[in-house]
Amino acid sequence: MMNYFPDEVLEHVFDFVTSHRDRNAVSLVCKLWYRVERFSRQRVFIGNCYAISPERLIARFPGVKALTLKGKPHFADFNLVPQDWGGYVQPWIEALARSRIGLEELRLKRMVVSDESLDVLSRSFTNFKSLVLVSCEGFTTDGLAAIAANCWFLRELDLQENEIEEKKNDWLGCFPDSCTSLVSLNFACLKEVNLAALERLVARNPNLKSLKLNGAVTLEALQRILMRAPQLVDLGTGSFVLDRDPNDSETYKKLRATILQCRSIRNLSGFLKVTPRCLPAIYPICLNLTYLNLSYAAGIHGSELIKLIRLCGKLQRLWILDCIEDKGLEVVASTCKDLQELRVFPSDPFGAGHTAVTETGLVAISSGCPKLNSLLYLCQQMTNAALIAVAKNCPNFIRFRLCIRDPAKPDPVTMQPLDEGFGAIVQSSKRLRRLSLSGLLTDRVLLYIGKYAEQLEMLSIAFAGESDKGMLYVLNGCKKLRKLEIRDSPFGDMALLRDVGKYETMRSLWMSSCDVTLGGCKTLAKKMPRLNVEIINENDQIKFAHEDSQKVEKMYLYRTLVWPRDDAPEFVWTLEKLLFTPGVLLEDQWSSLTN
Amino acid sequence: MEKEGLGLEITELRLGLPGGSAPILVDKNEKKRVFSDISGDHDNSSTDWKLTQTKNQAVGWPPVCSYRRKNSFHEKDHLETSKMYVKVSMDGAPFLRKVDLSMHKGYSDLALALEKLFDCFGIGESLKDAENSEQVPIYEDKDGDWMLVGDVPWEMFIESCKRLRIMKRSEAKGFGLQPKGSDHRGNSKDVAK
Repeated sequence: MMNYFPDEVLEHVFDFVTSHRDRNAVSLVCKLWYRVERFSRQRVFIGNCYAISPERLIARFPGVKALTLKGKPHFADFNLVPQDWGGYVQPWIEALARSRIGLEELRLKRMVVSDESLDVLSRSFTNFKSLVLVSCEGFTTDGLAAIAANCWFLRELDLQENEIEEKKNDWLGCFPDSCTSLVSLNFACLKEVNLAALERLVARNPNLKSLKLNGAVTLEALQRILMRAPQLVDLGTGSFVLDRDPNDSETYKKLRATILQCRSIRNLSGFLKVTPRCLPAIYPICLNLTYLNLSYAAGIHGSELIKLIRLCGKLQRLWILDCIEDKGLEVVASTCKDLQELRVFPSDPFGAGHTAVTETGLVAISSGCPKLNSLLYLCQQMTNAALIAVAKNCPNFIRFRLCIRDPAKPDPVTMQPLDEGFGAIVQSSKRLRRLSLSGLLTDRVLLYIGKYAEQLEMLSIAFAGESDKGMLYVLNGCKKLRKLEIRDSPFGDMALLRDVGKYETMRSLWMSSCDVTLGGCKTLAKKMPRLNVEIINENDQIKFAHEDSQKVEKMYLYRTLVWPRDDAPEFVWTLEKLLFTPGVLLEDQWSSLTN
Repeated sequence: MEKEGLGLEITELRLGLPGGSAPILVDKNEKKRVFSDISGDHDNSSTDWKLTQTKNQAVGWPPVCSYRRKNSFHEKDHLETSKMYVKVSMDGAPFLRKVDLSMHKGYSDLALALEKLFDCFGIGESLKDAENSEQVPIYEDKDGDWMLVGDVPWEMFIESCKRLRIMKRSEAKGFGLQPKGSDHRGNSKDVAK
C-alpha cells in the first residue's frame, strides 16, 4: 500500500522516524524505501570512523546535515592505545568540504582533530551551527579561533574533556559582534580565557542556555556574567573562590542577589576550585536542580557537601567524588528520590582510599532511589549480598558499571567470587544495555550474562574469567552485543575463532593481555574479509611472520566496508587479506555496519 | 583450563626475567601477564587470589579516563596544600635553591627557611622593616610580574608565586621600591630585571 504513495508522503512519514536504528531498519524494507530514506536522511551516526569512508557517506546521504563520528576504541581513555593510533577527522572534513553537503552539526568523540581541520570546517559550511568535541586532541586555540571567527551562525560550541594546547591568542574575542546566535558554550577544559571578551559575548547572546566556564573565570566575573544571562538552564562555574570573608564581600552579596534571578538553572557543574563558605550562594539553585556534577569539585566535601545534597530534592542525575563516603550516599538516598543516574568517581585513584565508598553506600542508594537506571561506581569493595540487594531494589538498570579498586578482589565477607552478585543484576535488569565487571569473577558470571543479558550491547571485562568457555558464553548468548572489550583475562584462540561470523554483527572487539596468539589473529583475518584485525605492537614485541604461537598484547578488530585503513602507524599491523574484493559489497551492509 | 604448552611455573610471581628453572619463554610480556595468569588459574571454589605488586601497577587501572586523572587529582584545591616547590635565587649566591611553599604557614616561617637555605640573616627583618634591611625578597607571579613579598595574604601569595628572588637592596635602588612601612605603598609592578 505504501508503494502507491508519492515519495513526499513517505518522506513525511519518515520524518517521524528519528532514531538511527529505526531509520536503518526503514531503509532495509525495499528499494523504494531505501531511496526515499536515503535522500531524506539528515542525521547520521558512525560509531567507528574506520567502518566506512567519507566518500560512501556522501554518496549515500547527500542531504546529511548532522554527523557523529567516533574514533579510538574506548580503552584509549585509559592509556591502553598508543599515541598516533589513528582516528583523524581531517579526511572526513576534506571530503565533506569538497562535496556539496550542507553540514550543520558535527559531533566527534575520541578523534584527532587538527587546527587545519577546524579551519577548513569553519570555512566550508555556511550554515554550520554546532560543534561538539568529546575527548579529542590534536588542536589548539588557533583552531577554536577559526571556528569563532568564521561560523557566523554558530549555536553550539561544546568542548568536553579535550586535550587542547592553549596559545596566547584570544580565541573567544574572535567571535564577531554579529554573533548573537549562541545557545551553548562549554570551554571548561581550557585553562585560560579573556574575561572581558567573554562578558561581551554573553551580553550579546540572549539565547544562551548552556554555559560552562573554566577555572580562569573568577567569582566576580561569574556574578557579572550571570547578571547578563539569567536565562541560563545549564551552568558550569569556574573558580568559586573568595579570598576574604564572604560576609565582608560586596561581590559575594551581589552574587547571591544575582543568583536569585537565575530561576531556570537545572544543571550545575564546575567548582573546579572552591571556597566552601561561598556555597550558600548556590543553595537557591539546588532546589530545582535535576543534574549536579561535582566530580571535579575536590574542594567540596564533608559537611559542606552534605548540606548541599540535602537541598537537591529533585535531582535526577548526580556525578560525585567518593569523598562523599557511604554516609553521604545515605543522605543522597534519603533526599534524591527521583535519582536515575549516579556516578561516583575516585578522588584519589592511587591512594589508600580511606575516603572511598563501599557496598554499604550502594545498597543505601538502591534502597532509597528505586528509579536508578544508570550507575558508575568506583569503590573499595563489593559483596554478593549487596549486589543481590541492589538487583532486587533496582530492576531498571540500563547501564551498570562497577569498578572495584583492587582488580580481582573477592567478596571480602565470604571470600567468594562476585559471580552471584553480578548474576543477580543481569537477571533482574532485563533492559540492561551496558555492563562493566570487576572483582574476582569466574566463568560463571559470563554464563549468567550470556543467559540473561538479552539486551546487552556493551560489555567490559577486566581480570575475569577462567577459560575460553567464559568468553564463548558471552559471544553465544548476547545476541545484541555490539562492543566487547576485554583485558587481562585468560581467553585465547579457541574462543576467538569459534564463531567468527559473530564479529560482523558487532561494531568491535578489543582484547589486551589475553591469550590470543598471532596465529589466531591471522586465521581470523583470513576467514573474515570484512573485518579489520589490528594488532597493536608496541615495543616491537612481535616479530611479524614468526612464531604464530606468540601472544598478542593488544588486538582490536572491527567490521568495515573499507578495509584496510591507510593511515595506520607502524606499530599497528593489519594482516594480509586474501579474499577481499572491493566493490562487491552491498549497500544493505551499511545498516549493520554503522550501528 | 587450557594453557597449551605452559607449565604451572607461569603462575609464579616474578618481577624480573624468567629464572633459571622456569620454562624458557619468549614472552616479554610476562611481567604484565602475571596477574592475568593468577586470576585465570584457579578452580571454581579456590581462593588462590593473591595480592601482587604488579597488580597495583596495572596500566590503565582503575579505569579513570586520562583527562580526569590529569585534571582532578593533581589540581590543588584552594584550601588544601600539596607540594609547591618554587625556585629561589639570591643575588650573589652561585646556585639556586628550591623551597616548598606548602610546608610553611606564613611569611615569617618562610623567611626563616630561606635564611637557613642561604645561610644568611636579614630576610625576616626585611619583611618587618624593609627600609633598613639588606635584602629585598621579591617574587614572580602568574602574570610574570615581579612583586614585593609580603603585600598579599599568605594563601594568595602561595597560589600565585612562581619563583622567588632575594635581591640586594643596592640592586633595588632606582626601581622605586618603597618599603611597606613608608608613606606610599611599594610600586610592586616594577620589573626587577
